[in-house]
Amino acid sequence: MTYLLQHVVNALQWGSFYALIALGYSMVYSVLMLFNFAHGDIFMVGAYIGLFVSTGLLLLGTAGAVTLPNWLVLVLTIILGMALTAVVGMLVERVGYRPLRKAPRASAALTGLMIGITFQTLNLALLGAKRRSFPALIETATYQVAGVSITNTKIMIVVISLLLMLALDQFVRRTKWGMAMRAMAVDIFVVPLMGVPINTMAALTFALGSALAAVAGIFFGQAYPVLEPYMGALLGWKAFVAAILGGRGSVLGAALAGFMLGFIEIFVAVVFPSTLRDLIAYSAILLILTFRPYGLFGEPYSARLRL
Amino acid sequence: MRMYRVLVPLLVLSLAVALGLSGCAPTEEALPIIKIGLNVELTGDIPKVGESCKRAAEMWLEDIEAAGGLEVGGKKYEVELVIEDNESKPESAAAAATKLITQDEVLAIVGPNASKVAIPAGEVCNNLECPMISPWSTNPRTTKDRPWVFRACFLDDFQGPVVARFVTEEFGFTKAAVLYDVASDYPKGLAEFFKQAWEEIHGPGSVVAFESFVTKDRDFSAQLTKIIASGAEFLFLPQYYDEVPLILKQAQELGFDKPVVGSDSWGSAELVKLAGPLCHGCFFSTHYAAAGAKGATKEFIDRYKEKYGEVPDDVAALTWDSVRIVEAAIKAVGEITGDLATDRKAVRDAMAAIKDFQGITGRMTFTEEGDPIKAAVIVRINEAGEFEFYKFVSPE
Repeated sequence: MTYLLQHVVNALQWGSFYALIALGYSMVYSVLMLFNFAHGDIFMVGAYIGLFVSTGLLLLGTAGAVTLPNWLVLVLTIILGMALTAVVGMLVERVGYRPLRKAPRASAALTGLMIGITFQTLNLALLGAKRRSFPALIETATYQVAGVSITNTKIMIVVISLLLMLALDQFVRRTKWGMAMRAMAVDIFVVPLMGVPINTMAALTFALGSALAAVAGIFFGQAYPVLEPYMGALLGWKAFVAAILGGRGSVLGAALAGFMLGFIEIFVAVVFPSTLRDLIAYSAILLILTFRPYGLFGEPYSARLRL
Repeated sequence: MRMYRVLVPLLVLSLAVALGLSGCAPTEEALPIIKIGLNVELTGDIPKVGESCKRAAEMWLEDIEAAGGLEVGGKKYEVELVIEDNESKPESAAAAATKLITQDEVLAIVGPNASKVAIPAGEVCNNLECPMISPWSTNPRTTKDRPWVFRACFLDDFQGPVVARFVTEEFGFTKAAVLYDVASDYPKGLAEFFKQAWEEIHGPGSVVAFESFVTKDRDFSAQLTKIIASGAEFLFLPQYYDEVPLILKQAQELGFDKPVVGSDSWGSAELVKLAGPLCHGCFFSTHYAAAGAKGATKEFIDRYKEKYGEVPDDVAALTWDSVRIVEAAIKAVGEITGDLATDRKAVRDAMAAIKDFQGITGRMTFTEEGDPIKAAVIVRINEAGEFEFYKFVSPE
């Protein structure tokens, strides 16, 4: 029983990353009907921005200017990291996607891939292939609860991720901006006639998704402190799977599917030989999609006005 | 037309000056060139490995240049290193080897280092008949049935039993756990050789957990939780510095307090930098230990430290031996005919015939397969994060 609980705790942490990243895919899709394939690499950029912000803030302390307590460094890193990565996300939208708004869908998808590769190789060119170690901002404390090992990092990651998802959900459902985003998801042609600035909304969507990816990146740096330029590629693809599994364009679905993917990956490795983990995990997802082709929470396209 | 009257004498004059200058300049005539290829991992998963390899090779080149070239059969040759990045990808390594052999026309190739790239590059070198020596690849397949491919290090089928014997003698453990990357040749091969050796000593089923993951995985909590529950007394972790720090951290967080033993892939300064105190006290098997070295080995370490500001890792030491084996082989040939195919064949034969080569990582003689017979070193990472010599384990 404790053995299983331990796996549940592990899966919760791992799923948080998928969920946070999948949200970015899903939001952009619901508003603009395109998959931002650069999103995994925006996550990588977020992690590196977090690395530099936190290293910079810690340097302030060693240089003798202002010594900030570590928790404050973490809070500032998260806030600054979210803001800066949001700017990166908006730039991606402005430079990569806006000029292609009327272009065929495939062109936009390709642009995303190009931007992703550009980020990876730019990082490689600027910072080199060296692995970077993310500074540990919280002293890891391990608690033993009924035989299950839980660290404070794990608790923080899961709790803050959940809070952010909740906040996003409220934002989309309760605010005027959120209403505009939902409206765009239904009909992108009528919405501007109501006076909604489409370009601003697109930028906002990218900003929100990228900010979440930045949080994921910074937490990732805390939990798995070895950063490298290609860290976003595989994780990004898997989070994309979660976004599809959740139902294209469903925010709630993406979050749930992210956690589900974490659980599937971990528990497949528990039950079967770990060699077969991805094979079995992703075959299972394929099977789910066979029976629910629109994902867990998605709706058939015909239910929407836009085809 | 009038222009010619000015231009032609000018041209003639400048030509005459140029000829005259070169004629009376006291420089020697340009030496004929011997090209040595370097197929290294400058980018990708393990850039540090490529960097160390390149640095050691360049240090060797300095020696050759200081001596005024490489002397073969009484004639001096200028040596040129042609460096190709294989991105630590199998397909790029094969492409780099092909380019070095066909376009750059090198006489011999040093590298790649990691087995996953050395195996495909070895295939190319063997097919195109160009001698290749891998400093660091320990997987048997790199040289197996490939007369043109050599290596400067021992093999996984030797290293696996070394670790098994060491742990049995040192700690008296009987239950082992293994965690390895199933998608990479080196960890997979070594994990299997270790398992086989361990079960030969302690009986079938004594490897109580044999868990794997795939390259680029960052979360190992499922595998580690299984390993903890299996009751293993230690963990054998034949991984690179890309994963080891993460695995050590996660193992500690999940409450694993047993020893972790590594393999020669641990021998990089990056590992200590990334893992910090987590790796202190761990043991691993490797090719050489910098702390406590003597003689030529110490000389090499001091020079390298002076030049690059860091202690050479085992890749650097093995590269040093590799380039010197290439040098010894070329010298033993006695004559460079200028016909590449003939010269490559001669270098290969000379390399295969090398006996008791005194390298800084030990004395070497090649077997039929092109593998050296030499001893392994067990290293302990001390509390200062240095690789400290602990024990020699000789071939049986």
